[in-house]
Amino acid sequence: MREYVGTPTQETRELEATRKFNIVAHNVSKVDGEGLVLGRPAYTDDLAPRDALHVKLIRSPHAFARIISIDAAEALKLPGVACVLTWKDCPRIPITRAGQGNPEPSPHDRFILDEYVRYVGDEVAVVAAEDEATAEKAASLVKVEYEVFEPVLDFEKALDNPTVIHPEPEIHEMFPIGFEPKRNIAAAYHMEIGDVEKELADCPVTVEHTVYTQSQQHVALEPHTAFSYLDLQGRLNIVTSTQNPWHTRRLLGLALQMPLSRIRIVKPRIGGGFGGKQHVHVEPYVAMVTLRTGKPAKLVLNRREVFESTFTRHEMRVSIRLGADRDGTLRAIDMKLLSNTGAYGEHALTVFMVGGSKTLPLYNKVKAVRFGGHVVYTNKVSAGAYRGYGAIQGLTGLEAAIDELAHKLGMDPVELRRKNMLHEGETSEVFRIMGEGTEGVAMTIDSCKLEECIRRGKELIGWEPDRLAWEVAPGRIRAKGMAIAMQGSGIPLIDMGSARLELQDGGFFKLHVGATDLGTGSDTILAQIAAEELGVDMKDIIIHSSDTDHTPFDVGAYASSTTYVSGSAVLKAARSMKQKLIEAVARKFGVAPEQVIYERKRFRTADGAKSLSLEEFSFDTLYHDGEHMQTIAVTESFSGEKSPPPYLAAFVEIELDRETGKVDVINYVAVADVGTPINTSLAKIQIEGGLLQGIGMALYEDVRYSEKGHMLSHSMMTYPIPSREDVGRITVELVDSYEPSGPFGAKSAGEIGIDTPPAAISNAIRNATGVRLTKLPFTPERVLMAIKEAEKHI
Amino acid sequence: MIITLDINGKTERAECAPGEMLTEVLRRLGHVEVKKGCDTGNCGACTVLLDGKPILSCSFLAVRAEGHAITTIQGVEHEAKEFAKFLTAEGADQCGFCAPGFALTVLAMKKELTDPSEADIRHYLAGNLCRCTGYEGQIRAIKKYLEAENA
Repeated sequence: MREYVGTPTQETRELEATRKFNIVAHNVSKVDGEGLVLGRPAYTDDLAPRDALHVKLIRSPHAFARIISIDAAEALKLPGVACVLTWKDCPRIPITRAGQGNPEPSPHDRFILDEYVRYVGDEVAVVAAEDEATAEKAASLVKVEYEVFEPVLDFEKALDNPTVIHPEPEIHEMFPIGFEPKRNIAAAYHMEIGDVEKELADCPVTVEHTVYTQSQQHVALEPHTAFSYLDLQGRLNIVTSTQNPWHTRRLLGLALQMPLSRIRIVKPRIGGGFGGKQHVHVEPYVAMVTLRTGKPAKLVLNRREVFESTFTRHEMRVSIRLGADRDGTLRAIDMKLLSNTGAYGEHALTVFMVGGSKTLPLYNKVKAVRFGGHVVYTNKVSAGAYRGYGAIQGLTGLEAAIDELAHKLGMDPVELRRKNMLHEGETSEVFRIMGEGTEGVAMTIDSCKLEECIRRGKELIGWEPDRLAWEVAPGRIRAKGMAIAMQGSGIPLIDMGSARLELQDGGFFKLHVGATDLGTGSDTILAQIAAEELGVDMKDIIIHSSDTDHTPFDVGAYASSTTYVSGSAVLKAARSMKQKLIEAVARKFGVAPEQVIYERKRFRTADGAKSLSLEEFSFDTLYHDGEHMQTIAVTESFSGEKSPPPYLAAFVEIELDRETGKVDVINYVAVADVGTPINTSLAKIQIEGGLLQGIGMALYEDVRYSEKGHMLSHSMMTYPIPSREDVGRITVELVDSYEPSGPFGAKSAGEIGIDTPPAAISNAIRNATGVRLTKLPFTPERVLMAIKEAEKHI
Repeated sequence: MIITLDINGKTERAECAPGEMLTEVLRRLGHVEVKKGCDTGNCGACTVLLDGKPILSCSFLAVRAEGHAITTIQGVEHEAKEFAKFLTAEGADQCGFCAPGFALTVLAMKKELTDPSEADIRHYLAGNLCRCTGYEGQIRAIKKYLEAENA
């Protein structure tokens, strides 16, 4: 038996790799699936008390303004209005809304409510009333006077702009992140390995490529929702659609100046997250109302509020320079980013750094690499965590530049990548230097089947380097493109998850985890891991998750951490439970633990003389064994010493209409190495779902603003997400792979799917037209204009 | 005003404002299986059947539903459970927020279309959006479900 999940010996490695699984690496239906399809009460709003006050937020109509006065007299006269709260009712404590480790790598640059509002949709005041209509009416009666300032809307003009978005003196960084609010800088970073300028100067072939990646909306179908109430002990209970209950509790404790012991956070089922619920958006407002009135309160954001006032993906300018020898040996990468964090700096540095840390190691043989730039404030809605953060922006630049290099060298882009990419057994200096907001952790790659992903992907798409574009009808071009990607599996030495197992009378186990199932199925896969190790069936594991009062700690569901980090905690707990059971049974049998054999829910002595079922033992230990009676329970924790990347090779076939500029995805092939897929169906769905979000970003999803900073794309009418008619085919396969440090060989699967579409589709459009697009999304207008522009120069 | 609604074969009386949409009234009556996703009639999460045909309850005045048979997913629980087996077997239930509305539309499609092609299925269900799955798993589930039902 392995002592520690993260450090296997060669022997356990071989043993595990050839192990036959009964429950993991199988297709198991989600434990909550049927109930969700049948519409059982499951999500936050379904569970809210009927008598809860309805909370409505008054939001700023200006992109940048100071609140001169708030007059709530008329609103308070309305029957049924419980309270109107403003910035004067809030502790003057700067916080961050980003759900991250402690201390957060995001600046504390935000107050629950402030005298200043910094984007259209920023929170101005909180209104609570007995019903929704009254709350809305009351909100409309509150008179707010503003002193309006000139906003900064263009992120390329934010740096050292005369308008300073955050002049307030109380705000601060938690540790050095390059925070310079007087210059509109939320964070900055720079690193260099070798001498990039010198190396580039020496290279016979160089390419430069700059691309603008847009901000993107998560559009989880369940809007952000929370309700709060005081329990019998007067403690503040909050039920919320959050990805990180513990971070939420900690941030609320700070914001409301409450001891953490007085707060409980419960996450019920969530209707999608994708990073969008890795923040504190609704909880402070219901909490304020409940603390003020003593009554339950609920807040369900409407869709417009979700668009205008939660978070988006960071808009970026990604500039890449590559240098190579004529034979295709890549020698230098220079990557410079400018990132737009919007009005507040949530995830400013972490997203930025991932732009390099989860892209640059792909090409680990370069002699010199440089990465850096600024994250700037603007008067737009804040950017935050969104699936694939940083990686998708970085790869959109890097993978397009690699293709440009291939064009220049006259090489097959696949072969250029194969020649330069990371392989199993190798490492990259970048792992050690760059983490997420901090230094990284050195790591050797123990599982990387990228070669196999590429081989299989080529086969599935029918890759012929000499035929990457052809005309199928006059003006209609079919073309292929590709890209590769990596991600991580949790943040090493920062993310921690834990699990508790307890034997119940009847011979089944309670499994309590802090991990947060966003609808991905993590409750199911964590139960699978426990069932596999304990040699029991799925029905013998009763899982309960994400309740700060009743489950052990977990940082939450983000950074592709749940399977690897929380899953490893479950595996450790199951191993400890087995050991504890064997010890207890050995005492009962009157033999040494080594003589007890446990299999198929039965204990026996090696000689077969004594035998006892798990069920019999469960009753004995709780009811029959007199002074030896005990609850058999274990709690284990895991924090990764590494973050083994999953990999993906993507190949896309598009059809491009030269007359209209429209691009259709005919087939998107993605072959991924996620290690052992704990649940084959759920792992595949993660990739498929990620791909479609990435395709949406590549082709049309876009957050658009008016000249005054009003968001124009604030409904699902004006911000369409892909429907099931929008993409021809998505073909996903998983290759055989085994990550020795992961639970049963698993790595992550949640984010890797989203990373490639903008790059692969950009490369396909380049092959179709000879034009490299430099601005996402690749709308028909942009494609058409680029084609026409290129024709002028012929 | 008080209106009388026929919901899943049962008569229910509800207080409602003249301009109120059916989703709000149904949820207030405790029918939380009807989800509210987008407010603009785009996502399909609020789908219910009106006399057997799918409608978006978020864009349908509650008063107009008087005199019609309203069916939520709970009114077709037996059939929905059958379909759920196929959907969950593909892992295509995911967060599940779109699932009740989506499943209702699948059941309505089964009655309305005979032997639909994949393109027919995609078209019929185009109004039921899902941000989790990428739709491929849902298509696999629907095809297998229809195959089993027709066998």
